[in-house]
Amino acid sequence: MAIIDVENLAKSYGDVHAVRGIDFHVEQGEIFALLGPNGAGKSTTVEILEGHRARTSGSVSVLGYDPTERDRAYRERIGIVLQETAVEDQLSVKEAIDIYGSMYPKHRATGELIEIVGLEAKTDARIKTLSGGQRRRLELALGIVGDPDLIFLDEPTTGFDPSARRQAWTIVENLASLGKTILLTTHYMDEAQHLANRVAVMADGLIVAEGTPESLGDRQSKKTVITFVAVGVSTDSLGLADVSTGDNGRIVISSDEPTRDLHTITGWAISAGVELTDLSVTRPSLEDVYLELTGSNDE
Amino acid sequence: MSDRQSNVALLGTQVGYQNKVFFRTPIAAFFTIFFPLMIFVVFSLVFGNQYIEELGVTTAQYFAPAMAVFAAVSASYTNIATTTAYQRDMGILKRIRGTPLPASVYMGGKIVSAVLIAALSVVIMMGIGILFYGVEVYARTLPAAIVTFLIGVGTFSALGLLVAALVPTGESATAVTNATLLPLAFISGVFLPPSDDAPVWLETVANIFPLKHFVEPFSTAFNPTYTGSGWNWASLTYLLAWGIGATILATRLFKWEPSTGSGSRRRRRRATEPS
Repeated sequence: MAIIDVENLAKSYGDVHAVRGIDFHVEQGEIFALLGPNGAGKSTTVEILEGHRARTSGSVSVLGYDPTERDRAYRERIGIVLQETAVEDQLSVKEAIDIYGSMYPKHRATGELIEIVGLEAKTDARIKTLSGGQRRRLELALGIVGDPDLIFLDEPTTGFDPSARRQAWTIVENLASLGKTILLTTHYMDEAQHLANRVAVMADGLIVAEGTPESLGDRQSKKTVITFVAVGVSTDSLGLADVSTGDNGRIVISSDEPTRDLHTITGWAISAGVELTDLSVTRPSLEDVYLELTGSNDE
Repeated sequence: MSDRQSNVALLGTQVGYQNKVFFRTPIAAFFTIFFPLMIFVVFSLVFGNQYIEELGVTTAQYFAPAMAVFAAVSASYTNIATTTAYQRDMGILKRIRGTPLPASVYMGGKIVSAVLIAALSVVIMMGIGILFYGVEVYARTLPAAIVTFLIGVGTFSALGLLVAALVPTGESATAVTNATLLPLAFISGVFLPPSDDAPVWLETVANIFPLKHFVEPFSTAFNPTYTGSGWNWASLTYLLAWGIGATILATRLFKWEPSTGSGSRRRRRRATEPS
């Protein structure tokens, strides 16, 4: 049985449709990334799974529970790492981990956790004296203090410098090696590629692509883009599926089989007696794919 | 699960944690414990601890229980409302909400902690009164005084949670608690003994709100001219009604997440961060 089962999930705030009908499934032991720009609906989706928000429609099952029921047994089995650090500054690192650990039936030893996140030197330091990166590591420790089966990581490295990012990645990889299932949100392509077994790209409240990081890139880069300008003719007789007409009469064709499709196009042009002005054939890079999928190349 | 801690054990941990946070916040500890004590000492010095003819008590005998109630209300109402709202601003409540800790245990921890801090303030206040200002305590009225104290602190804790539920931010919680508590303290006999010269409507206002129903029975229990056992059932029932009403409303209206205003401020900050 899948750990996470999401079907046709939607969430609206009045007229604002944050999530507009998405499906995905996460299996035991997977690191699944929701990748997308700010405002794509990732955090809303994760917060619905965490039980922080109610969905507008669709069905959600996580570890066999409906998160909106806010079942205590469900929350005993998940760990949440929030975007913003939120622990009382007045406590020490050890005290905070002890207090949060007491809430879970099976919890990790405080000393062991402090070691996992590398805060040994700060064990008895008040949280207010921690640096931003140390706070984030404490945050990770608090997210896994209950020895959860499923961990939610909401943009775990946003605002990190490159070395802190590497450290955080190592921690996540260590968690995964313990057999934990991890749902990660990120707006960094390289983070999803580095950590995740499977990625769903979100844009504007929808999942626009899904697959392993490799296949996601490969599958998409197989879609070669053929463009040209052909004035005064209809492309209806072309017989190709993915044809659109852009500005200035530019024809844009996405193709899985560019050699064949080019042949078709040139044959069509010759028989119609038109010249294919400005003909180009391009294979988009991985970054292009992401930007195109998420629509952030408009910015 | 079998190794889940009992709610009683969890409550104990929560109370310890809330106490720790309180005593490590010097400003809260100062305003709750030392500020009322200071007022009491200053009043006793300024008025020379005279015998007040109309009330049949000395200044200290009147103000020790009155300021003890003020301290108890600061520990419960003011302290719970502001810390809870500030914790929500910082996202701590949201974090708690994501753990298996039952909301009732978390709130219970806050209330029990407030009762303990209030009890400590009252004991310090009455102790200094007894030691240095000749304040008397009567065994006959002590049970009623203790029960009045518990119901009073419980009610004002619930009101503190209600304020936290209603206001958007920690700053507004501070403003609302001060703006409600201080005027009521003046007209309810906390800072000034009740006077016959005050207009009737003012007394009516004081009677509507719960503070007077806490101060009056509690102070009466320390009045040497009073001969009863101190049980003021009408005031206790009235306090309880306020407490239950506040609990019901607070439970319904409570929000665990930072208000959208401060949330969007955070998002803006995030959006401008270099990535």
